[in-house]
Amino acid sequence: MNELKVSAIKEGTVIDHIQAGKGLKVIEILKLNRTNGKTVLLAMNVQSKKLGRKDIVKVEGKFLSEEEVNKIALVAPKATVNIIKDFKVVEKFSVEIPSEIGGILKCANPNCISNSEYTTSKFYVISKEPLKVRCHYCERTMDEGDILSNL
Amino acid sequence: MWKGRDVISIRDFSKKDIEHVLKTAEKLENELKEREALDYAKGKILATLFFEPSTRTRLSFESAMHRLGGNVIGFAEASTSSVKKGESLRDTIKTVEQYSDVIVIRHPKEGAARLAAEVAEIPVINAGDGSNQHPTQTLLDLYTIKKEFGKIDGLKIGLLGDLKYGRTVHSLSEALAFYDIELYLISPELLKMPRHIIEELREKGVKIYETSDLEKVIGELDLLYVTRIQKERFPDEQEYLKVKGSYVIDCALLARAKEGLKIMHPLPRVDEIHPEVDKSKHAIYFRQVFSGVPVRMALLGLTLGVVE
Repeated sequence: MNELKVSAIKEGTVIDHIQAGKGLKVIEILKLNRTNGKTVLLAMNVQSKKLGRKDIVKVEGKFLSEEEVNKIALVAPKATVNIIKDFKVVEKFSVEIPSEIGGILKCANPNCISNSEYTTSKFYVISKEPLKVRCHYCERTMDEGDILSNL
Repeated sequence: MWKGRDVISIRDFSKKDIEHVLKTAEKLENELKEREALDYAKGKILATLFFEPSTRTRLSFESAMHRLGGNVIGFAEASTSSVKKGESLRDTIKTVEQYSDVIVIRHPKEGAARLAAEVAEIPVINAGDGSNQHPTQTLLDLYTIKKEFGKIDGLKIGLLGDLKYGRTVHSLSEALAFYDIELYLISPELLKMPRHIIEELREKGVKIYETSDLEKVIGELDLLYVTRIQKERFPDEQEYLKVKGSYVIDCALLARAKEGLKIMHPLPRVDEIHPEVDKSKHAIYFRQVFSGVPVRMALLGLTLGVVE
């Protein structure tokens, strides 16, 4: 049981099947890296049947909602989320790409106003497979490569 | 429904919206034939914020507001405003809206008009944001086509020149997708229409032909929409020199065109249409300029809520 290399949590959320190397990004997107926040455990490069290698994030004492977790869909589209109560999985769901993405992504167009003025970036998902989004401001389309390099 | 509405992108328009603007413009143009000036916008103030130079767009907006009986304030270049002192667009808009009832903005950055509309409580009209959108040009282009041909459906339309950076052709092609037309995209290899726009047009069912050879397709077209190769959008002058003067429309070329071919151009032109063409029956670009006034009158009147 690879998960046991980091201690099991009594109550909280386990985000599993994160693509190896993206665990820190997941923590950053979910704002779990605040010093006054909950205890967070990160396992990197764990062996996985599904992914070969994967990262796992465990958050103690905090139940993340589907809406919150969907924010990580861009970096970890295959992630599964387990809600733990009394050391048992009481709920399990997969992340889903939302129809709108706010804040976490930067527009790839250097001449977009969102890169020079104070704004919260916003994108509309125009295709989930392959992933394509359109900037609310400059209306340019970004594909998966653009998205990953601008997260 | 129209009062307080922003005009930012052709994407925000339905076909019904477009038709309503064109109808309103026609009504106002007819009223202007009877009277020199109207008084729909009496007591209202338009602020024109031009962070980039313009002749036609700015002057026709100002003319439109005067013809509606309203007043105009504004600046024609960023260097004469507080932007030069480092003021943000957000603060400029917050300030200007205290002085006016409607804002018209042209800005070199894509998305600037959308941001302005989010910041302002009053309506904002996009007069060009970088290489993105120029919706009022598109509406006046459609108005011109409808006036000249009596219809838009069924036409074979060629877009020529800088299809990569030219915002007018981006907006226009999106609007033409509402109609049953065939589109010929004619440009040098370096200035082809962006892939994402072509994909969107195809998804909407527009028949598209891409070519760099104007002579091959000139005989097919009902309408040729010519654009300037925009030097200011090239990061590298050498790249500009490679494509400068790629196409020149002259009378010899037009001898191979259909009798009823019409030529439009958003202007300014550099050398892409020879002046000898101006007198030909094909040239309608100066009539196209005239359309700017009634169409912008319609947009100002509708967003101010003084015209139904």
